[in-house]
Amino acid sequence: MLAEADIQNATVELLRKAVVKLPKDVEDAIRKAYASETDEVPKMQLKAIVDNIDLAIKGNTPMCQDTGVTIFYVTLPRECKVNVEKGIVEGVRRATKEVPLRPNAVHPLTRKNPGDNVGERHPFINWKLHDQDYIEITVMTKGAGSENMSQLAMLTPSAGLKGIKEFALNTLLRAGSNPCPPTIIGMGIGGSSDIAMKLAKEALLRPIDVRHKDPEIAKLETELFDAINMLGIGPMGLGGKTTMLGLNIEYAFCHTASLPVAINVQCWAGRRATVRIYPDGKTKYPTHER
Amino acid sequence: MPKRLKTPLSEKDVRDLKLGETIYLDGVILTGRDEVHIHALEYLEKGKKVPVDFKGTALFHCGPIMRKKGEQWEVVAAGPTTSSRMNSLEPQFIEKFRPGAIIGKGGMSQPTVDAMKKFGCIYLAITGGAAVLAAKGIKSVSGVEWYELGMPEAIWIMNADNFGPLTVAIDAHGNSLYAAVNAKVKENEVKAREKLGLK
Repeated sequence: MLAEADIQNATVELLRKAVVKLPKDVEDAIRKAYASETDEVPKMQLKAIVDNIDLAIKGNTPMCQDTGVTIFYVTLPRECKVNVEKGIVEGVRRATKEVPLRPNAVHPLTRKNPGDNVGERHPFINWKLHDQDYIEITVMTKGAGSENMSQLAMLTPSAGLKGIKEFALNTLLRAGSNPCPPTIIGMGIGGSSDIAMKLAKEALLRPIDVRHKDPEIAKLETELFDAINMLGIGPMGLGGKTTMLGLNIEYAFCHTASLPVAINVQCWAGRRATVRIYPDGKTKYPTHER
Repeated sequence: MPKRLKTPLSEKDVRDLKLGETIYLDGVILTGRDEVHIHALEYLEKGKKVPVDFKGTALFHCGPIMRKKGEQWEVVAAGPTTSSRMNSLEPQFIEKFRPGAIIGKGGMSQPTVDAMKKFGCIYLAITGGAAVLAAKGIKSVSGVEWYELGMPEAIWIMNADNFGPLTVAIDAHGNSLYAAVNAKVKENEVKAREKLGLK
């Protein structure tokens, strides 16, 4: 029988893996970008990033001091008897000390920092059910520099595809050097205002080397990726070929009278990790097995 | 060989640096971001004494992860934070506290570029997210002030040893690498729009 302690332990390990080591698709894209840059300034920026990736793994240390806010996506078996929520919350508290994570979570008005990354609706957990016997927990540790550049547009249907492209281009121009480029972009199209924002973030959970299964969406992903990489913002906004590492889109049907479009900006450190916890207590980390 | 400079920096040190040059720093570096800017300027207004001297020092836009080993603090990870959040307060901060350098990422807006020219200060870019690499250049931590602001927002007094590489991204003569990149991005935007079928 699974106990809350199993969830807690898995959460600590999940957070450690997430902040120390990047998923393979992101690391591969960074190494490829490093090889492709020829000018001295962007090359030096990407060299620092590549060296830092290696140092973090070697020292089992968070790659970035901004270990972000912890956003969880949990999928439960239909007959789940464990208090997964409590396990995750206590896991976050422990990981803050043990990994360590930076205590980032504060009250939005008083700015008071409790020091343990736990507070009102924090960590935030998204829930789903499935017909498997294991619990799956995915965490995204989302830094503020990139998150602060995220945007929502409630376009009119007449703005259409051009409106979507215009919004994406303008958002990335406005973000410029701020979100630690080369960035990864998640876009949510359709739904409603809240659903579009949620989809934009969920789009970042898909590996960046996998295109959307809908060919129309896949085409837009590639088109926007190529165009934005023509801007020359470059690593850290100091110029260069690589402005973006990947761009993923998710969509949902929306009201005939609206066209919500959301963009979630992610820095080069696209940190996400998944754990599967089986009924016998065994765990697997599919994002970090290689 | 890239230049190696020791803080506190003299005005000559600062004015001699060229845009795009790579340097390394030794000496005291003080961290300070949103809350430090707000509080330091408030203290000054109220005639209260700020607990550290920023003159000639390197102000690092950084909220590190720190760990206490016995009585001693040590740096776990210490990369830069987004400097543009401090755009509205930095010109005044430079005027009142006269740091010799600001270390950060992403650059700062024109009023800060102007203040740097006027008062003799430079902006040194360090790679965002490369926090383990940056921490390697911090030899020790001699203390912390305003810890009640929270670990990321406190003033950490760090002793640097070959801290870098740092790129002179805004010099003390009114030049900014970011402005140069922005001008190019504007040109490139035309091509990107064409590709997307936009006007």
